[in-house]
Amino acid sequence: MTEWLFDGVLGLLLLGLAFGALYGRNLYASVLLFIAFGLALALIWARLGAADLALAEAAIGAGLTGVLLFAALARQPGPADRPEVTGTRLRLGAAAVVLPMLILLVQGLAPLSEAEPHLPEMIARHLDETGVSHPVTAVLLNYRAWDTLLELAVLLLALLGARQLGPRPLDLAEPWPLLRAWARVLAPLLVLAAGYVLWRGASAPGGAFQAGALLASGVVLLRLSGLLPRLRWSSAPLRLLVLGGLLVFISVALMTAWLGGGWLAYPVGAAKPLILLIETVATLSIAASLSLLVVGEGEDVSS
Amino acid sequence: MSSSLFWMIIGAALWLLGLHGLLTLRQALRRIIAFNLMGSGVFLVMIALASRSQPSDPLLVALVVTGLVVAVSATALALRLAGVAQGGRKHAHPEEPRQ
Repeated sequence: MTEWLFDGVLGLLLLGLAFGALYGRNLYASVLLFIAFGLALALIWARLGAADLALAEAAIGAGLTGVLLFAALARQPGPADRPEVTGTRLRLGAAAVVLPMLILLVQGLAPLSEAEPHLPEMIARHLDETGVSHPVTAVLLNYRAWDTLLELAVLLLALLGARQLGPRPLDLAEPWPLLRAWARVLAPLLVLAAGYVLWRGASAPGGAFQAGALLASGVVLLRLSGLLPRLRWSSAPLRLLVLGGLLVFISVALMTAWLGGGWLAYPVGAAKPLILLIETVATLSIAASLSLLVVGEGEDVSS
Repeated sequence: MSSSLFWMIIGAALWLLGLHGLLTLRQALRRIIAFNLMGSGVFLVMIALASRSQPSDPLLVALVVTGLVVAVSATALALRLAGVAQGGRKHAHPEEPRQ
């Protein structure tokens, strides 16, 4: 009974926050409610037993997306408190499309909740051959390493796409003294936590994505409090960090295809060190790409 | 009603709420938020499906972890594009009377 009460409250809170984020009085309120939505979602992931996801959501969904949205809000040309004007007719029309879809979706999804999944068994059966003991990490870096490789490529593409749009100055206000003092304390702790999460990822919830997101949030914190110099794509070490994950991953894939059993099929016994190598460089690469996406700047900011 | 069905319905409702926002809202920032809500709805359905078995189905959890990073990079790119589009509009307007 109490579980149902908890679930119901969490679900209603989530939908309420989502509604507020969409139709909030002004953009500022919308962005704030969206950050709260991310935190509520992290709670729900923890409730549903996906601790890996709760870690990633708290750092990415609530932290980095919040910074991104606030930075975009600050660059809005018009006044940010302009209310959204939508005709009642348009709203009703959209509702008339959406409500029947809800019924259809629920009808389509309901049988799925009864079906018996058979994949977890198959994953558990071969877990000791993967080199790690946490099934989620095993899926990410062994069974479906392809996904992770392509995901790094997507991250790089997004970064290149954002770069194509020209330089973007980041106007930093004079940081609040308390923020500056806290950033100095928090940054080493974030690095420590990221290292721990990365290392624990082999046997418990955690891994490259979560550690990368934590590191990136540390970099963003330091940059926003003015303790780091400008992050520029033109600096060679940063570029190497961004590309490193993908390069190491592809070279491992090529080596396994050439010398071993096939594309990304790790040789027996070498799986653990290879996964650890890939995870370490992928963490650094994800951290560098995300921080460049969030607080990176163009090279030639003249105006 | 099982717990996973409840969360699947919440996920579907979230997706449709995002769709409704995408259809009715005009401001770019709100539309990007609406798009993110739709993504979160999909993730919620997937994790509700993962929670059918105890412990959660690692495959679906891993897919959503990947999806989360892709979602944030897509959001960053979308916000940059929206910023450039708005900046372009702002620069374009003063030149119009001259021509």
